[in-house]
Amino acid sequence: MLKIIVPIKQVPETGNVRMDPETGTMVREGVVSIVNPLDLYSIETALMLKEQFGAHVTVLTMGPLNAVKALKEAISMGCDDGVILSDRAFAGSDTWATAYALSSAIRHFGDFDLVLTGERATDGDTGQVGPNIAAALDLPLATYVRKVNTLDPEGKTITVERSVEEGVETLQMPLPCLLTVVKEISYPRLPTLRGKKRAKTVEIPVLTAGELELKPEFLGLKGSPTRVVSTKSPKVTRNGRIVTIKEDKDVGAAVDALIALLEERQLI
Amino acid sequence: MSERYSNVWTIAEARDGKLKSVSYELLARGRSLADASGEKLVSVLIGANVSDAELRTLIDHGADLVLSVQDDALDAFIVETYSNVLMDLVRQFRPNIILAAATNNGRTLMPHVAMRLHTGLTADCTDLQVDMNTGDLLQTRPAIGGNILATIKTPNHRPQMATVRPRSTQALPADARRAGDVQQINLKPELVDKRVRLLAFEAEAADESNLQDSDVIVSGGRGMKKADNFRLLHDLAKRLNGKVGASRDAVDRGWAKYSQQVGLSGKTVVGDAFQVLPELIARLEERKS
Repeated sequence: MLKIIVPIKQVPETGNVRMDPETGTMVREGVVSIVNPLDLYSIETALMLKEQFGAHVTVLTMGPLNAVKALKEAISMGCDDGVILSDRAFAGSDTWATAYALSSAIRHFGDFDLVLTGERATDGDTGQVGPNIAAALDLPLATYVRKVNTLDPEGKTITVERSVEEGVETLQMPLPCLLTVVKEISYPRLPTLRGKKRAKTVEIPVLTAGELELKPEFLGLKGSPTRVVSTKSPKVTRNGRIVTIKEDKDVGAAVDALIALLEERQLI
Repeated sequence: MSERYSNVWTIAEARDGKLKSVSYELLARGRSLADASGEKLVSVLIGANVSDAELRTLIDHGADLVLSVQDDALDAFIVETYSNVLMDLVRQFRPNIILAAATNNGRTLMPHVAMRLHTGLTADCTDLQVDMNTGDLLQTRPAIGGNILATIKTPNHRPQMATVRPRSTQALPADARRAGDVQQINLKPELVDKRVRLLAFEAEAADESNLQDSDVIVSGGRGMKKADNFRLLHDLAKRLNGKVGASRDAVDRGWAKYSQQVGLSGKTVVGDAFQVLPELIARLEERKS
């Protein structure tokens, strides 16, 4: 049976984020925490492989204890178990320190065949932690994977399609390896009733920095090579024109306006 | 620590022997940083079959030196091998700053190398400046769905690494009188990692790929009402020499491909936007005849 590890992140629902205009920071009150929407695709990929080949799927996250909720959601979708890395020492981690902790936890689990991550998290938006983990564990890496073509559990090989700007690459890789997947790979399933019941009762082990024997100088803010110096609200750069049509008779005027715009920009 | 590291590097990208335009855009960013800190600007190419004449254009566009590692084994972008090569160059030459394109390959190679070098990397920078007091690179990027702009630095680790989105900078005009050398460096065979193999590459139809290389994007969202109406956008885009983009919503509905998704999710505009298109297209047709 395959062993698949899916590192996920709990993020604020950024669709409705409000910024405090005074401080330039995010208003956290009333902001709902969700599973990073792009991680639903790596979870779905793991579950598809589980259906096809048989697999044990472990979801892993790092964060405050309330991030257990994200693991439980993944379990309610069909993942087998979850582990949370939670320790004050992790506070303020940048992508390097996050990947150091997550990769150490993955190493701690022992043998596995695949690590699947989303393309990026919708809050930090860096897309770095997946490739970081592959580098830390010296795992073969394919990013922007849009399809798993074949997987041979005995021969321990996988072929995948990887998107690049100019087209699609087909890569052959040995297992274990790490894939970061994009939306095109699947459509995430909904939690099932049975899954929800399991998620309620399943125990989620908490791993601390001490249990993983992590080097204190590599943890949290202290272990992070980058520092945020300042933040500010961006200027709105979209000053596009909106042409509104309320009734059928407005169509002619709207077309006139669009033609005038295209002429002004010398596009026609 | 920083006195042992100097110069600004940009990572050039090529396909089929041709440098991609983002290679020159990075040089424009790098040139102003190198000038501000009195350092050299070095463009690094890892790849295969790029001619000396083609590499010379990097000097024309602002580089003082080109480091070129070329070999058939580097024809395909295999991140493990590229990462080994770049790490090896960094250890040998000790750059202060490395800028790469926020392309799918750049966004794969840079975090791989940053992790192994134990240094900081900032993705998708929209602004790069040198802090005149400390000499640190000030890297500004949007985060939290574009709701904030954060300025980030890497105070105690070198090199300082950043990626920049393609088409976010204008390349400098080419100047054939600029002086500079192209230095060819042989690939050390032990740096080639053979675990991952590229079996095939298929180019994507031109009207969908590389939205960021297009000056005109005709984009639609939920207002298009159904997948069929996207044909109107394709028709209009063709007439304007543009490409078709789509909102996240339209992509989620399967009306357009993920590679066509544009923008950060912003205001929702509900309306029957597609209604205007048939008439607009008819009027453009009239003008042509």
